[in-house]
Amino acid sequence: MIEMKEVNKYFGAFHVLKDVSLAVGRGEKVVVCGPSGSGKSTLIRLVNRLETHQSGRVVVDGVELTEDPRTVDRVRREVGMVFQSFNLFPHLTVLENLTLAPIWVQRVPKKEAEDTAMHFLRRVRIPEQVDKYPSQLSGGQQQRVAIARALCMKPKLMLFDEPTSALDPEMIKEVLDVMVELAREGMTMVVVTHEMGFARTVADRVVFMDGGRIVEAAPPADFFSAPKTDRAKLFLSQVLGH
Amino acid sequence: MKWLRDNLFPGWVSGVFSALLIVILVKSLFAFVDWAFLEAIWRADANACRAAKGACWGLITEKHRFILFGTYPYEQHWRPAAASVLLIALWTFSAFRAFWKWWLTLVWFFGLALIGMLMWGGVFGMPYVENERWGGLILTLLLSTFGVAFAFPLSILLALGRRSDMPIIRALCVGYIELIRGVPLISVLFMASVMLPLFLPSGVTIDKMVRAQLAIVMFAAAYLAEVVRGGLQSIPRGQYDAAHALALPYWRRTWLIILPQALRVSVPPLVNTLIALLKDTSLVLIIGLFDLLSTVKISLTEPAWNGFGIEAYVFASLVYFVFCFAMSRYSRSFEHR
Repeated sequence: MIEMKEVNKYFGAFHVLKDVSLAVGRGEKVVVCGPSGSGKSTLIRLVNRLETHQSGRVVVDGVELTEDPRTVDRVRREVGMVFQSFNLFPHLTVLENLTLAPIWVQRVPKKEAEDTAMHFLRRVRIPEQVDKYPSQLSGGQQQRVAIARALCMKPKLMLFDEPTSALDPEMIKEVLDVMVELAREGMTMVVVTHEMGFARTVADRVVFMDGGRIVEAAPPADFFSAPKTDRAKLFLSQVLGH
Repeated sequence: MKWLRDNLFPGWVSGVFSALLIVILVKSLFAFVDWAFLEAIWRADANACRAAKGACWGLITEKHRFILFGTYPYEQHWRPAAASVLLIALWTFSAFRAFWKWWLTLVWFFGLALIGMLMWGGVFGMPYVENERWGGLILTLLLSTFGVAFAFPLSILLALGRRSDMPIIRALCVGYIELIRGVPLISVLFMASVMLPLFLPSGVTIDKMVRAQLAIVMFAAAYLAEVVRGGLQSIPRGQYDAAHALALPYWRRTWLIILPQALRVSVPPLVNTLIALLKDTSLVLIIGLFDLLSTVKISLTEPAWNGFGIEAYVFASLVYFVFCFAMSRYSRSFEHR
């Protein structure tokens, strides 16, 4: 599904990603973790070209991402993304947020788009909020709307960029529950998160990054019980230690 | 009483200043009422005016039709009057959100057509009046209306162009905005009226009013573009990220996500610029068009009424104020939504 080969990325002189290679298969769930500034957000933003890479190859669902906007467009239509700060459109209602892309990108008839939207709103368990504006919802509800919005495009792959980091503790669970359910249904997922409980439950693989490199990649059982590197041990003791 | 003590006389220093201010205010209010009403002359009699101490509203009594309608044929004044009322009605009508439907453009189209028919005439027994003779209020309103109608979309394109990834487009937009902002409106008007004809092939002439309108549009667009750009810059990056992630192409992204949010935050400075635009239309005087303020000036050149400038300008200010105040109130109601 995703094939990254020796990807390098710079922000000016700053080398963010160093020779990163990563393959994610169909239906696989990968959790990416690591200290802040390790390049994990940049890594998943490369997958739908919210960031551009300077060298190496990024292939998503058989399409290599290049300067050609058509490749970018094709990939983005297949990839859903959920952000740390929700990024709902504040001037549109929940329903309009959900139907916007299906109507304007996929040219789905309005009625059908609204049916799909209601379907996914029920899935994320907030169908009653359909006519509200994002600012009227709690953080947890907003993030669930954001997940539903991405799902309305019927993506083959979902990217989550720290989806619970901006949430109050009591709201984290309602978002994680939705994500666990999605994982159980077989969605291919790449999740940047510090929620190690989530990683243990659903991940097929945990990828640990530090300083722009993938330092370790292992099934969660191995990674949590026997991390191979000192940096991973230190990181785990910090996120699990309290 | 408590309010008075808390807000006006909390200590003796503030108390003295408050008392002083109140005395000044009351005195000037009395003086104004005295001048404007009690001692004022309402008859159109210049000699009586010179004898009196108060305001000479007689000037307005006699000249108000010229001030409001300019050199439009006297017995046809009902036509610009009707056109002005119609144009104001169109604006008022458009102020209501419930009418923001696609047919509003049709209403405007027919409304403006009707205004054109009234002003030019030549049909239904109305004699033809060439637009060289249009003047006063309707000219101010028309220049402002078309100024907004063309400058606003143009300004959005300029603002988007200034933020474009394409270097040539960006350079053109920056160049245009900086050039226009760097010169006074008067010189743009001069260029439009004096230099533009030089560039046109001989035989082709553009109407004076159209040239003035063109200059106003060009000028207002540059200012509005910077206001819109400010709004665009206030949109958080996450909104772009989300729009990109949903594969929305540039124009749909801009139209559906970015502009609605950017324009909403730009409402106060936009209205500010539009108010300035309405008042700036008075500069068309220098190329020989007679808008509301120009007609005031001309009324004063008549020897009999020489020296009664204050009254005439108070009257013109009042007219401008009504329009500008209405705009600013409307924009406030918009912000509180």
